Amino acid sequence: MIETRQTGRLIAHFLLIVAVIAMGFPLYYTFIASTHTSSEILSPPLSMLPGSNIAGAYGLALTKGASSAGNVSMTLMLWNSLVMALAIAIGKIVISMLSAYAIVFFRFPLRLVCFWMIFITLMLPVEVRIVPTYQVIVSLGLLDTYAGLTVPLMASATATFLFRQFFLTIPDELVEAARLDGAGAMRFFKDILLPLSRTNIAALFVVTFIYGWTQYLWPLLVTTDPAMGTIIVALKKMVNFSDADTPWDAVMATAILALLPPVAVIVGMQKLFVKGLVETEK
Amino acid sequence: MERRAIFPNKKLPYLLVAPQMAITLVFFFWPAGQAVRQSLYQEDPFGLSVTFAGLANFHRIFADPNYLYSLQVTFIFAIGVTVMTMIPALLLAALIDRVVKGKLVYQTLLIWPYALAPAVAGILWLFMFNPGMGTLAMLIRSTGYNWDPSLNGTQAMLLVMVSAAWKQVSYNFLFFLAGMQAIPKSFIEAAAIDGAGPMRRFWTIIMPLISPTTFFLLVVNMVYAFFDTFGLIHAVTAGGPGKDTETLVLKVYNDGYVNLNMGGSSAQSVVLMVIVISLTIFQFKYVERRVHYS
Repeated sequence: MIETRQTGRLIAHFLLIVAVIAMGFPLYYTFIASTHTSSEILSPPLSMLPGSNIAGAYGLALTKGASSAGNVSMTLMLWNSLVMALAIAIGKIVISMLSAYAIVFFRFPLRLVCFWMIFITLMLPVEVRIVPTYQVIVSLGLLDTYAGLTVPLMASATATFLFRQFFLTIPDELVEAARLDGAGAMRFFKDILLPLSRTNIAALFVVTFIYGWTQYLWPLLVTTDPAMGTIIVALKKMVNFSDADTPWDAVMATAILALLPPVAVIVGMQKLFVKGLVETEK
Repeated sequence: MERRAIFPNKKLPYLLVAPQMAITLVFFFWPAGQAVRQSLYQEDPFGLSVTFAGLANFHRIFADPNYLYSLQVTFIFAIGVTVMTMIPALLLAALIDRVVKGKLVYQTLLIWPYALAPAVAGILWLFMFNPGMGTLAMLIRSTGYNWDPSLNGTQAMLLVMVSAAWKQVSYNFLFFLAGMQAIPKSFIEAAAIDGAGPMRRFWTIIMPLISPTTFFLLVVNMVYAFFDTFGLIHAVTAGGPGKDTETLVLKVYNDGYVNLNMGGSSAQSVVLMVIVISLTIFQFKYVERRVHYS
């Protein structure tokens, strides 16, 4: 047995509590700021207790936004972010599952070529091909469209590999039995593989939803119309120190609105999130 | 690894991979090819004439003090972020591995920053530390220290490093914890019976056994610092003051997308591609992974 020294454990608890507070402080600070008025925010030190402007700050953010972000309401930005995150998550899962299915359960001449092409996408993040990808988007007429915001981000090597790994563990007998019973490839996919993949799909959904919600460079590149932006890009535009009229209360509220949905997803689906994260990245 | 039992369809698999292939070709391979092609050409800013320039664009960027400075900034930033991320994450994982009660609660309260977009993470820190309204900035200034990250490059670098590390700790923590929990309890117990205290056990048993995780995280954190922190730096300092926090990705964005210098920015893109490709190959070759490729 390992020694169970009470003091050692108490120290561990103490240090963990300190760490939790330190990690949480930036969030607490911003939340508190989002309940104060702009002029209170501009005259530090900020009170560390909630103020009374919570309705004013969030109301302003959700209806008007700020002029530096094109006066678009954050309700619209939240909607755009939600559409983007959902479309990317669902698109990635569908596309990756289908291609993993093809690579694992069929033999065709270009199989390895496809596999390596998917693998190579790992080495070509948007950040290394900013300008030419922008040119492609422009020439396809996808600027300021939901398709432009989402479709190019739906290819996924990691999701494909996760499904591939999982499909390789499906016993051969299951496939043989299904074939003996007269099930075709698509029937097998729908009635056997899909139900078996439920947990993997859910775990992947959490991780890809976060991925979609937190995109920044991509929406910055492919949207010029403020009404097509995401809440994160809008937040960045609202943080404007050179403009004396920046509504800081609304900015703080926007920051909270921008982080609340993905944080809620992680906290609410922690088990699936940890599974999805550890398994896709390994 | 291959399956024995498969389906005989000949055309269906092509249909199944078609969506992935279409996106891959149009949005990954084509632009990447264009970046390589453009890096070998010289184009005037209006796009009126294009001339083949060979490796001239590459010679130019590597002779450009601004580019070399950005390279240096990127490396300092990446090393700083990696260190500031991994040490706290390792400590937190070791601590949580020791406690019995409240594990899940601590875990929840430590991993939520993963959900933040890097830009949002940076902006939260900017709220606290900008001299105009940040309460913490005010506290620092009240000690007489001249804190102003919008004028002082070192302070700006520190601010983006700390906020980038803050967001990334959660990810590292989860992997360290998973690594530690995979160590058989009997190893730790045997060492305890032999009289090894907690510190000794940490250094002689836990650390060596999680070294594959450490190595994996090292590469992941480098990739994160190089590429994923674009939003954070763009939102907090925009590369300034001067060019003191302008990392390579920021520079490609500024030169190519903002200033429309195609040849130069494509050459920079190609250099970045070489960096990602090396990091990826390095990771697949030397880091133990669950995925094995047939």
